[in-house]
Amino acid sequence: MQDKLNEIEKAALESLTSINDPAAVEAWRVTHLGRSSALMGVFSGLGKLSKEERPIVGQAANRVKVALEAALEERSKLVKAAVLAKSLEEDHIDVTLPGRTRHIGRLHPSTQQLRRVLDILAEMGFQVFTSREVETDEYNFQLLNFPPHHPARDMQDTFFIEADPPTGSGQDRGDNPILMRTHTSPGQIHAMRKFAAANPQDPPPIRIALPGMCFRYEQITARSEVQFNQVEGLAVGKNITFADLKGTIADFVRRMFSEGARLRFRASYFPFTEPSAEVDVECFVCGGKGCQVCKNSGWLEILGCGMVHPNVLMNGGYDPKVYSGYAWGMGPERQLMLRNKVGDIRYFWGNDVRFLEQF
Amino acid sequence: MKIPLSWLKDFIDLDGLPVEDIARKLTLAGMEVDEILYVGLPKPVYKEGEKHEFKTDGIGWDKEKLVVAEIREVKAHPNADKLTLLDLYDGQQDQIVLTGAPNIFHLKGAGKLEKPIKVAYAKEGATLYDGHAEGQVLMTLKRAKIRGVDSYSMTCSEKELGITDESDGIIILDDDAPVGMPLADYMGDAVLDISILPNMARNASVIGIARELAAMLGRELKKSSGQLSVTSNQLSVTSGQSVKELVEIEITDPELNPRFVVGLIRNVEIKPSPYQIQRRLKLAGIRPINNIVDATNYAMLEIGEPLHAFDYDVLKQRAGKKKIKIITRAAKDGEKLTTLDGNTRTLTSMNVLVCDEKGPLSLAGVMGGSESEVYDASKEVLDAVGIETKPDEKLPHGKASVRGTSTVNILLEGAAWNFINIRRTAKQHNLPSEASFRFSRGVHPAMAEGGVSLGLKYMAEWAGGAVAPGLVDAYPLPPKDAVAEITVNDVKRWLGIELTLERISELLSRLEFKCEITPTGHALRITAPSHRMDIGEGLVGVADVLEEIARSYGYDNIPTTTMADALPPQVGNPVHEWEEHLRDLLVAVGLQEVVSYRMTSVEKESRITQYDEYVRLANPIAPEKSVLRRSLIASVLDSLEKNIRYSEAFSFFEIGPVFEPIKNELPNEPRKLAIAITGLREATAWDVQDSPTLDFFDLKGRIELMLSGLRLTNISYTATDSYSSLHPGKAAEVKVNGQVIGAFGELHPLAKEQYELGDSPVLVAEFDLNVMRSIDPTYGIKTIPETPSMYEDIAIIVDESVQAETVEALIRQTGGRSVTDIRLFDLYRDEKIGAGKKSLAYSLTYQAEDKTMTDAEAAAIRNKIVKRLEKEVGAKLRS
Ligand SMILES: [Zn+2]
Repeated sequence: MQDKLNEIEKAALESLTSINDPAAVEAWRVTHLGRSSALMGVFSGLGKLSKEERPIVGQAANRVKVALEAALEERSKLVKAAVLAKSLEEDHIDVTLPGRTRHIGRLHPSTQQLRRVLDILAEMGFQVFTSREVETDEYNFQLLNFPPHHPARDMQDTFFIEADPPTGSGQDRGDNPILMRTHTSPGQIHAMRKFAAANPQDPPPIRIALPGMCFRYEQITARSEVQFNQVEGLAVGKNITFADLKGTIADFVRRMFSEGARLRFRASYFPFTEPSAEVDVECFVCGGKGCQVCKNSGWLEILGCGMVHPNVLMNGGYDPKVYSGYAWGMGPERQLMLRNKVGDIRYFWGNDVRFLEQF
Repeated sequence: MKIPLSWLKDFIDLDGLPVEDIARKLTLAGMEVDEILYVGLPKPVYKEGEKHEFKTDGIGWDKEKLVVAEIREVKAHPNADKLTLLDLYDGQQDQIVLTGAPNIFHLKGAGKLEKPIKVAYAKEGATLYDGHAEGQVLMTLKRAKIRGVDSYSMTCSEKELGITDESDGIIILDDDAPVGMPLADYMGDAVLDISILPNMARNASVIGIARELAAMLGRELKKSSGQLSVTSNQLSVTSGQSVKELVEIEITDPELNPRFVVGLIRNVEIKPSPYQIQRRLKLAGIRPINNIVDATNYAMLEIGEPLHAFDYDVLKQRAGKKKIKIITRAAKDGEKLTTLDGNTRTLTSMNVLVCDEKGPLSLAGVMGGSESEVYDASKEVLDAVGIETKPDEKLPHGKASVRGTSTVNILLEGAAWNFINIRRTAKQHNLPSEASFRFSRGVHPAMAEGGVSLGLKYMAEWAGGAVAPGLVDAYPLPPKDAVAEITVNDVKRWLGIELTLERISELLSRLEFKCEITPTGHALRITAPSHRMDIGEGLVGVADVLEEIARSYGYDNIPTTTMADALPPQVGNPVHEWEEHLRDLLVAVGLQEVVSYRMTSVEKESRITQYDEYVRLANPIAPEKSVLRRSLIASVLDSLEKNIRYSEAFSFFEIGPVFEPIKNELPNEPRKLAIAITGLREATAWDVQDSPTLDFFDLKGRIELMLSGLRLTNISYTATDSYSSLHPGKAAEVKVNGQVIGAFGELHPLAKEQYELGDSPVLVAEFDLNVMRSIDPTYGIKTIPETPSMYEDIAIIVDESVQAETVEALIRQTGGRSVTDIRLFDLYRDEKIGAGKKSLAYSLTYQAEDKTMTDAEAAAIRNKIVKRLEKEVGAKLRS
């Protein structure tokens, strides 16, 4: 019997060595360890053996079973590994085929830029204050120190709203026609008056950001548009100076454009600020060495600013003998044009997906 | 304003300063230099792409190769009729030069000249502009044989030297030009093109810019503006009757005309101005006319006071035997005047006139009248004071009366006018001129006397004649001196710098402010110089002066500080924040934001909406931008239509105001959200070709996600056929707590026909953000159960007319808190279940609150639900 078991073991192990695929592994298991295998025959024949022989043969058969199972396990692992290796070797894809995409949403580039600006301003303590897009001449001009017929009005060509019935000039409200705001600055008056109303004797300090769409009567070309966003910053308090204005703008520019960018303040004129300045930042595209974006000048004109004019403070309910303040304004679309080299301002309201998808 | 550097140097020593440094100084002080045009002075050379702060143009003149020379003899060319040969001396040797210049041609064959003609001579190898090329093309002068004569050099025209764009002859220099001197030294120049800010009208003059430069550089002016104001006593030749005996002035409204000054010069000879004067005028952008007109323009450019020259004899003739009386007054509505450009203009009471007793003579401060203009019989050209003419433009010709002889006696006007009237007159008659540019920004009345005197001085120099003694000066309304008192603390409080009164005084004196420390010693009393109209009174005056202190001190020298002022209480902007959150939600569900023009046309909007009333623009830029939008969907559909060819799917949204008109008042600006989606639901790829198109439920799903993101609950969708732009069977109103917040659905086929939007259905939505925002959100969340849930599907058959919402509501009510989720996973119709019927299959989630639910408990709930559905909507359970 022992011989028979040896023979069974030997035959089984021999046949196992030539097995190379999972199906053959399973077939081998059925043949050599299955119910009708020779080994199982030995187990089922145990009953016929004498009491003495039974444990000996039983033990021997069990040893063969364990041996065969171990061999099977080992072989099975080898075969699996071989199969995997083969499949890994054969299973290739063209990784250069395009990926499957999906339709996704995006914010309009102007919204993205407005957010960048407003986020920085928020961290600097300037909170968003919004106001209407259609305004009166009073709020858009007069209270901001542009009297009727003032030459500075030439700087801001204006869309007027037609009177009803039409007069052809929109002038039937006298010197206070309705118009499309030419800047977000009417919000300065709205804000100051709102804050001052809370405590007219001692109005609270103000630090706000005024974002919004503005309108100018201009031909629509690659460089000029009839509508554009503007963000203004306004700070009013009892202890605010031109030096603070320079400091605030330097902080903002560092955050917005570049850590080490140099700034320069040029004297300028806006009716609602005095002194007024235009701010140039060293070109962040070329680092001031000269490039197409800065037209080789090394400087980019990025914002206008100044100390709030005494008349404007007064019109807002803040006594210019006690309070001072500064304001500055900039254009998110212009910033994008510089940063992303957008060559045509008409792209912004053209809403061409081929443009929008690039942001 | 274009300022030739040579002219500037008449007033300030600029030695040792590169042109670009001068331009930078001016730019930083508020006089932005847009371009530097080199006309002879060495032009800096930049490599391609190399940094240069200013835009530059023009050429420098080689000192060796371009010199002053004199023509001594004019001969005929042996082989060419149209050419002449010039015998010329360049200071070193004789040269023979060929020319076809028309302004030399009349001397052809004249032989030796009695008086040599001074010219600009270019030697072989000189770099110049090609005089025959279109536009400005650089060339180098090379040796050539022309009709058998050796040609190696030339006499230059203005075009060749870059002085003007066009020219029709060679330059004939003034007689005193030194032969042999390099041309660059004699008349090399650079022109600064400077933008004049509205508050810097005082700087629209050579002396204005020189004065600023002197202050910024800390240099002295060669002649102060005070010395420049020559009085008539100082003029070299005065003779005859004084002006006062001949002319009187009546100003009817000093508010319109605070000052009017006239002077007289007799026996002038009208002829061209000296070449150097013409050259400067040309570089400044003014076309030379004759010595008289040029003198008015030259004096205006130099000190900023516009002048007007009348033909004295015309005025005398009009006055008959009476004394000439100049009257200034507002025009009468409908009154007419023929201006010197030949146009007869109908006037309004806004216009101001200079008249005599017979009627109007000129449109004050804007343009002269044709009858009394300075007349040059030899040229028959018109006084063009202040008209900007292009070189190729023929001068207008509109002579009202033909006079036989040239003007010999000139009455010269210098005045001050109300800037508002001048501004409106120039706009009304579309007459922008050098004079109206200055007057409409404010010219100080103090300048009138100096202006007239200077004009007379130049006329006497260039046209001979004798100046009549004295001036007639009507000055009924001298402006108050602009005085401001300023303290050390004002400067500190506003500018953030600490300056002593002495230092402030020094900074302001450079700009010719008069400064004196007040008796108490605490303040500086500052009086603005008499050329300035921009310094106000009181606090405004203080601010105006502070700006001047800052400019004089240099903005760059002011420190950069961190604000020390208290941070105000931080208050949020909930409206803005809510809208930004909404944008994020819409982007998260796959929508692309667009931003459209607020301006549109009724035609464009009427494709989808019908409104009678719009906010209309009084001055639209174009018909398609003539009203403010009322429909945000219309804006988004316009964007969709423009893009429809460029993508397979679109999901657009826009957030912004629409404009609801209120008669003669500010319109309402309610904020809206509009969505439009169309095209393929899935993005196609190389192995994914077929995707269903987006439909109603794609849009509804996005809306559901948006509303859940806004944490709005108690939402219902009601079928609606009351929106004309929406498909009556595929449209719904969205309500929150029973309040309508918006509507959406498939675009009505008839509305869709109005657009080119492809074949796929277009789904649109519009929400009223003001209403949406007013609803309180629900912020609470459900706790996540710790006990397991049970899932079960039930399918029922109901009539088509039974709405899904009803079935779901019944399940929810019946299941109560034990049914935590109900999801429709199949909608099915087929013959087996019968016509007019549909099968709805729901996946239900059962959940006991604090224990594991048993099968029996679940079955009991389920039976209750089925019974309820059978009873209420006649449902049959599908096996
Ligand atoms: Zn650059």
